[in-house]
Amino acid sequence: MAKITAGVGSSHVPLLGVAVDQGKWQDDYFGPIFKGYEWTREWEAREKPDVVILVYNDHASAFDANIIPTFAIGCGEHYKSADEGWGPRPVPDVEGHADLAWHIAQSLILDDFDMTIINEMDVDHGLTVPLSMMFGQPEKWPVKVVPLAVNVVTYPVPSGNRCWALGEAIARAVESFPEDLNVQIWGTGGMSHQLQGPRAGLLNREWDNKFLDMLASDNDDVRHIPHIEYLRETGSEGIEMVMWLIMRGALGKSVKTLNRHYHIPCSNTAIGHIVLEPAD
Amino acid sequence: MTQETPKQNIHEYLAELDDIPGTRIYTAARARKGYWINQFAMSLMKAENRERFKADERAYLDEWNISEEAKQALLKRDYNTLLDLGGNVYFLSKLFSADGLPFAEAVSTMTDMTWPEYRQMMLDGGRSPIGNRSIKGGY
Repeated sequence: MAKITAGVGSSHVPLLGVAVDQGKWQDDYFGPIFKGYEWTREWEAREKPDVVILVYNDHASAFDANIIPTFAIGCGEHYKSADEGWGPRPVPDVEGHADLAWHIAQSLILDDFDMTIINEMDVDHGLTVPLSMMFGQPEKWPVKVVPLAVNVVTYPVPSGNRCWALGEAIARAVESFPEDLNVQIWGTGGMSHQLQGPRAGLLNREWDNKFLDMLASDNDDVRHIPHIEYLRETGSEGIEMVMWLIMRGALGKSVKTLNRHYHIPCSNTAIGHIVLEPAD
Repeated sequence: MTQETPKQNIHEYLAELDDIPGTRIYTAARARKGYWINQFAMSLMKAENRERFKADERAYLDEWNISEEAKQALLKRDYNTLLDLGGNVYFLSKLFSADGLPFAEAVSTMTDMTWPEYRQMMLDGGRSPIGNRSIKGGY
């Protein structure tokens, strides 16, 4: 039986990909960020997950302004790194797990989540930067990936409550997959950042840390934070944190925090990550 | 069972989104208005389109169903005007990239700071949310 054994919440700032690709990860600027991920990289190497369900948002790469799926699941065999305007990142192709992905897609639809199914797409920094942060620069990624893309760009984006409930449904779907698989779920994006307009550059250390506290707790208050609170407190792009709730919802009522790190700044963004294990 | 929360009133929801200082939330209305600006920007993901655009920006823009105002804003890289016209930063970032401009430097042009000032503000902990949360509330 497949099982979700852990959840990771992590930023996916594109500049981190640049730091890895250009070997700058030990310099004064990036050093403290990558040091924060050191424990997590070693933990991933020990855990050896078979599959990661990687919740992220596409940044106008696979989807243009034409088609805007709220929740989309990648059911393909493999995905290439997207050209985001300066050539694709030099990272390995991402291998999908089509059997598990199709199983999850079908289960979710029967569970009242009307998913969009994607067979072919390129994946951008939202998906490849977290892989680089967790696994460094391997010749081949050591996990298969089920991409789960969430619209957090065009409003209204899904509510935190809906994201949490999707996470719960994903956990049920994984548990009904017959093959023995060690599955992790990652929620990516955030933390506080605003990339547009005169208010750009907004960061909120206090709020971000309160959010991490809420994720680590045994109550589900965090699912009821309204969009406007993310936007006012954490910047227009801080809304990406709703994607972490899909991860948290998949872990059940109680969790144990294995690691937690927060750093300001990386480019325009507050960087954070948290590693959680189901404790029910 | 999941807990049901009261559903949002769409008019109240949208009004709140416009109550954030210095911010244009990418609502459906903006997405409709800026559709071709964003699709133009999206086209710059292809290397051959970037080359054609760089060779003659005006001629390339004239291939798109974009207003003259938006074309001028694109030529001037006036990103705040482009946000007002329905541009979205993730689409516009294809133009940052085509220009070889780091994302944060391009973002700084939308603020009242120079790039070095903006960079320093970020190193110092970023812009405070205090006084920047609500236009009406002023908090």
